[in-house]
Amino acid sequence: MSNITANTSRRNFLKTGASLTGGLIIGFMVPAKAGRLGKLLAEPAGAATFAPNAFLQIGSDNSIKILLAHAEMGQGIWTTLAMLLGEELDADWKNITVEHAPPAKEYFHTAWGAQMTGGSSTTWSEFDRYRKAGATARLLLVQAAANKWKVQPAVCRTENGFVINGNKKLSYGELAESAGKLTAPADIPLRSKEQWKYIGKGMKRLDAPVKVNGKAVFGIDVKVEGMKIAVVAHAPAMGSKVKSFDATAAKKIAGVVDVVQIPTGVAVIADNTWAAIQGKKALMIQWDLSTAVTLNSAEQVDAFKKLAEKDGKEVAKGGDVALAMPKAVKSIDADYTVPYLAHASMEPLNCTVKITGDKCDIWTGTQMPGGDQAAAAKILGFKPEQVSVTTTFLGGAFGRRATMDSDFVSEAVHIAKASGKTIKMTWTREDDTQGGYYRPSFLHRIKAGIDDKGMPLFWKHVIAGQALPGDDGNGSAEGISDSPYVKVIPNFHISQHAPVLGITTLWLRSVGHTHTAFAMESMIDELAHLAGKDPVEYRRILLKDHARNLGVLNLAAAKAGWGKPLPAGHFQGVAVHESFRSYCAQVAEISIGADGLVKVHKFTSAIDCGLAVNPDGVRAQIESCVNYALSAALYGAITFKDGKVEQSNFHDYRVLRLNESPAEIETHIVESTEQMGGVGEPGFPPVAPALANAIFAATGKRIRQLPLGELNLKG
Amino acid sequence: MIQLTINQQQYQVDAPPEMPLLWVIRDLVGLTGTKYGCGMAQCGACTIHLDGEAIRSCVTPVSKAVGKKITTIEGLSADNSHPVQRAWLIEDAPQCGYCQSGQIMSAAVLLKENPEPSDQDIDDAMSGNICRCGTYPRIRKAIHTAARLQKEGGIK
Repeated sequence: MSNITANTSRRNFLKTGASLTGGLIIGFMVPAKAGRLGKLLAEPAGAATFAPNAFLQIGSDNSIKILLAHAEMGQGIWTTLAMLLGEELDADWKNITVEHAPPAKEYFHTAWGAQMTGGSSTTWSEFDRYRKAGATARLLLVQAAANKWKVQPAVCRTENGFVINGNKKLSYGELAESAGKLTAPADIPLRSKEQWKYIGKGMKRLDAPVKVNGKAVFGIDVKVEGMKIAVVAHAPAMGSKVKSFDATAAKKIAGVVDVVQIPTGVAVIADNTWAAIQGKKALMIQWDLSTAVTLNSAEQVDAFKKLAEKDGKEVAKGGDVALAMPKAVKSIDADYTVPYLAHASMEPLNCTVKITGDKCDIWTGTQMPGGDQAAAAKILGFKPEQVSVTTTFLGGAFGRRATMDSDFVSEAVHIAKASGKTIKMTWTREDDTQGGYYRPSFLHRIKAGIDDKGMPLFWKHVIAGQALPGDDGNGSAEGISDSPYVKVIPNFHISQHAPVLGITTLWLRSVGHTHTAFAMESMIDELAHLAGKDPVEYRRILLKDHARNLGVLNLAAAKAGWGKPLPAGHFQGVAVHESFRSYCAQVAEISIGADGLVKVHKFTSAIDCGLAVNPDGVRAQIESCVNYALSAALYGAITFKDGKVEQSNFHDYRVLRLNESPAEIETHIVESTEQMGGVGEPGFPPVAPALANAIFAATGKRIRQLPLGELNLKG
Repeated sequence: MIQLTINQQQYQVDAPPEMPLLWVIRDLVGLTGTKYGCGMAQCGACTIHLDGEAIRSCVTPVSKAVGKKITTIEGLSADNSHPVQRAWLIEDAPQCGYCQSGQIMSAAVLLKENPEPSDQDIDDAMSGNICRCGTYPRIRKAIHTAARLQKEGGIK
């Protein structure tokens, strides 16, 4: 029944070093400024180590297994990391298989000191480590062959999984065992760009075959011997607790085997998911709402506006805004607002837990296996090494599968602990939509003025909205305080209010940039029009000393035919934004339908992410970002009434459908040798402002509130 | 006991007649390629074929499938040779992959009924299948590619 590879085999492999480079550990550390997550995950922090045997296993049958320190959630690293390692290994691509690594120090993020996937950082942070793992293995295989042939390694070469010397050749599989007994040299030379076969050219997704025939195993597909299904009745409003419950009716449902109380609610355990869902419906629960949140979204924007009347905690300043204000020729006051957003991955959250004696096995799709391992150990009174975590494919994540308190894994562990049963906890779509950990709602109040040449003279910016986990007070200002525009405005003041509202918050694809780019790029557009200048031209002037911003802006404008005649009724809007070390500019092309609704025809994007390791993968991520961000801009909104989430499923938490996706999504990659950046997120931030700016071009109406919803633009 | 024919195999399942086919297929039969996404026919992740028609198995009671032929993603082809699967691979359509079983099952029926769909036909037929990774442009392209492969006789 079990279709799960025993995790123990991989753990043992790590311990013993198995076939290739037995016991070899090379101290290796990439010191870098810790990112947001890195700072939070400083426990148990440590330097990443380099252990080639942790990343690669070569079998005597020539199989090449690559272990991923990061999780595949759609972004394509299953393929990209294999390309990096494979590039140096010179293996036969057909023999490569990939697996997620278990939690272990060897897989700590090279820059952030914990095992995690996020921040659009996988490819740049692993660019050296995975290539070095491949190169180390290749050197050892060559040495092993040279020893056998009694020749110098220098006379041997490698090709497609073989070491070759004249007319003699040995396969990697034949050499694996003897290579595993050798010690790797300290100095591992890497191939030059001219020698690359895969990097910069691209390979097809290695995970695609199992994703077109149903064989890919996601967390929700896990089967473990004797496993039951658990479904949880959660609190109606955050902060409320179970007062009492009556499970009599639930236990009468055929297939229901147990009902247990856990800290987050009441879990129904059944033979199958349907019985568990029916059991949940039959539960009678009295909730203690005395400590519950009472938020009302309808009043929240007004509360934010009241807050914004005063400056918040100062984030950045330059010059003197108060002195400059009266000198401005013209100025604009604008409030931009965005709602709470749910990640709404296609695979609802789930987690399988088996506890046997002093051991706990966990299977789940997670962005932070190490954190989940630690959380489970804490609940059970175990040491982390008594807990195994097997990371399955993630059916989308967008940040939701990376919570600091391991919320859904903890919940599943509590159910297994309380019931004494092996369980697969499955959230319903309703649980997933209402389960919190949202991108917070924000208000941006900006007052900005221009001088007699039309250029910005002052910029006063107050942000109001809940903080993210670990924010030290300015995390919601990323993309503002470090904006290239701000650097050329002589007088600016940026401050932030972070009220405590009791709603759990979390990073969602591009994090603070999801809303700061909307505010910044909308206001810059407003200033361009106030100055009577073309929006692209205006940005060119402001960004003249920021080559990479300017590069993507010019490329996107040129490819989109900015300023050239468009089909009748079509209009364009532009935005450019830096995030996650990459630069992205987009031009939206829209029309307004007879029904007054916006119709998005085309998105033209230009991205500069430094070296694009897998160019088609980069294009896929930009396409993904455009549709994900468009979904948020048009429809995304979680609202609260008396503390309760008003949305529950895709009928009221509306997301973009195929017929609403732009007919054309064009992506152009800048040929760049600059510092590598990410691509999973930077395509998100410019989408909403480009769309809003196009709507202004079409209608003269400024969109300052997201989502657009069914806004009649002819009204 | 209920007798079902899934991917040309016979199964006996012990399920109440109202249990949705989705959970029968996933939990009782053990074929997990068909996905749960919403439970209310909103997202299409659970799309399967019932006598050749694309249906949402999350809202179809198992009793309705008795005496009919059920095809799941696992039954589309044993070796990824179906034109739609091949086209999906050519265009590298999947990202996280979770919705793709449903997308492929919907597309397969579209192409059977309309061998040369226009962009509008694709929009109409596929708008019931949500993809949060936004693979829509590649799905559109892959359906055109699949149409071409199908026309060529599905030669591998």
